[in-house]
Amino acid sequence: MRRIAIVPAYNEALNIGRVVDELRAFDAGLDVVVISDGSSDRTVEVAAAHGAHVIRLPFNLGIGGAVQTGFRYAWENGYELAVRCDGDGQHDPAELPKVLEPVLAGEADICVGSRFTGADGYRSSMTRRIGIRLLALVVSAIAHQRVTDTTSGFQALNRRALGLFAGDYPHDYPEVEGMVMTIRHRLRLCEVPVSMREREHGRSSITALRSIYYMVKVFTALFVGLFRRPVPPLEDA
Amino acid sequence: MSGVGSTEPPKSEGSGLAAAVAGISLLASGTPLKVSIAATLASLVLVLVVFELIRSRRLQERYALLWLLTGIVLVVLSAWRGGLNTIAGWLGVRGYPPAVLFAVGLLFVIVVLLHYATVISRLADQNVILAQRLALLETRLNEGLAPEPAAVASEAPASPATR
Repeated sequence: MRRIAIVPAYNEALNIGRVVDELRAFDAGLDVVVISDGSSDRTVEVAAAHGAHVIRLPFNLGIGGAVQTGFRYAWENGYELAVRCDGDGQHDPAELPKVLEPVLAGEADICVGSRFTGADGYRSSMTRRIGIRLLALVVSAIAHQRVTDTTSGFQALNRRALGLFAGDYPHDYPEVEGMVMTIRHRLRLCEVPVSMREREHGRSSITALRSIYYMVKVFTALFVGLFRRPVPPLEDA
Repeated sequence: MSGVGSTEPPKSEGSGLAAAVAGISLLASGTPLKVSIAATLASLVLVLVVFELIRSRRLQERYALLWLLTGIVLVVLSAWRGGLNTIAGWLGVRGYPPAVLFAVGLLFVIVVLLHYATVISRLADQNVILAQRLALLETRLNEGLAPEPAAVASEAPASPATR
């Protein structure tokens, strides 16, 4: 089965080498594609030196555009299975079997690794936790299915899910809307507990002011999305 | 209403001033109901149009948020006459509180326009980068596909038609 890891990275030269190494060590048959989202550091060179396929976006598209580039690459190159992990090293490839298992077993089209269903806590600021909890409540209500972590970028997808997201993926902060899209297209979504690491180098792109914008934007998108007709996913001929 | 004060001849200096003050306070007493209704409807139309544009994917959320905020603030200020009058009082707007609606609307339009100016600037920058990348790729493709000048010279005797 052709399988690929999709790794979006923005100025992650310090982390990306180890991420690629760990992914390749986890599974030698796993192709790794790093999407450098307009990085101004040596992310492209480092990723390529560690044996990843590298897509260099000419400028910063934001996480949604970067990840969708990876989905399109995987779709066009006929991959049947994809995992998505962040380029900052917070997703541990050793946890990959947990998200892969339901997809490989044919029980889910997308499986998301959640930081919150698991026993070990995830360190985060109070306001951020409240925001994440609120999002989980809203998405659970829309999806008629309990979800706990709507912002996790640690996911496994089969080809059907790849086709959906290759065709249409939200722009700014895609994971939440992506979950709702999955449900609305009647794809099977599942969530498994995983533990995540703290990032080693650099800072997360999410600041206080941005999180307010994030919440307003995501709730607007979720609300409007309820009245929207779904875009047909890509399908194999 | 304003005519009432002016048609009465002033009886004395003091009472004339009092009448004028009374006239002003009459004027300043509130937002006319018709104005409030019309402004509320117009603002609601704005919100609905923005909503429909997002829904039909002709407007991205990130460019719609300012418009939605504009519409919602205008709806609230138009419908809530007491609030508009109070804010007008704070701002020292005497006589016609709905003027505050114009001021707020204008302020938002300026902010939206400024935001668009930054968006256009970013798009222009990205457009330049895209054009450069495309041209460089095209050049590389052409130079890669075109035969080497030396190779062309050496193959020249063999007629291309025979191949």
